[in-house]
Amino acid sequence: MTHVEIVFWITAVVAIASAFLCITRRSPVASALWLVSTMFALAVMFLLLDAHFIAAMQVLVYAGAIMVLFLFVIMLLNVGRASSSDMVGWVGRLVMAAIAVVLAAELWVLSRAGPSADVRLGAESVSQLAAEQGAVGMIGESLFRVFLVPFEITSVLLLAAIVGAVVLAKRRL
Amino acid sequence: MLLGPSLTVSLILFSIGVAGVLIRRNAIIVFMCIELMLNAVNLSFIALAQQLGREGQVIVFFVMAVAAAEATVGLAIMIAIYRHKNSLNVTELNLLRG
Repeated sequence: MTHVEIVFWITAVVAIASAFLCITRRSPVASALWLVSTMFALAVMFLLLDAHFIAAMQVLVYAGAIMVLFLFVIMLLNVGRASSSDMVGWVGRLVMAAIAVVLAAELWVLSRAGPSADVRLGAESVSQLAAEQGAVGMIGESLFRVFLVPFEITSVLLLAAIVGAVVLAKRRL
Repeated sequence: MLLGPSLTVSLILFSIGVAGVLIRRNAIIVFMCIELMLNAVNLSFIALAQQLGREGQVIVFFVMAVAAAEATVGLAIMIAIYRHKNSLNVTELNLLRG
């Protein structure tokens, strides 16, 4: 086992344990903080998978911006205290856990298939590209050449989200 | 070679997210579980991008942008619901039930 694999499995255990704690803690604030922990662990995994820029974005956008927004809303609405009716009963929990296990089994069968050998580039190609163009340049070149139209549409989407959030949250315009 | 392990971790996280959506009634936590599912899918995109080219990483970039937009609008809706109902329990949001 190489040191990359050892770090990967440690972060995998951290991510899965934090995700499990996230859905089982009663207090919404505790759930949010465990979700932040999952996101940091995922950022480390992204680093190990040669996605350096995306790992930085994961910490900045997800753990930084989106989760702070969640905590703001939890504290703004004062719903940080745990409530007894938050979780479904024991029977419901068992049924839902069974559904999740069935889903996991289905996905496991799918993931066994993997990509076919003729579309693979080889394990080193992306890290080689990152070494040539830089981690940001690699994403940026693809983003502004191949994906230019989706990129512009994303900006319109974000504008629509801003306007929508203001309209929804404001009592009186 | 981390593709297989990454996909396994990704599917476990996705299933935990689905279970969370099903067992919780607090709308904010349901929302956080959706973010967890998006993150799990991002992980499989990144793992496959290592094998199939950088486009997978660009898709993750778009997923993050859409997740940010979705979180803003969703949380604004939740604030509006809380003002109206004084609760975020999803079982009480049954206005459309006949």
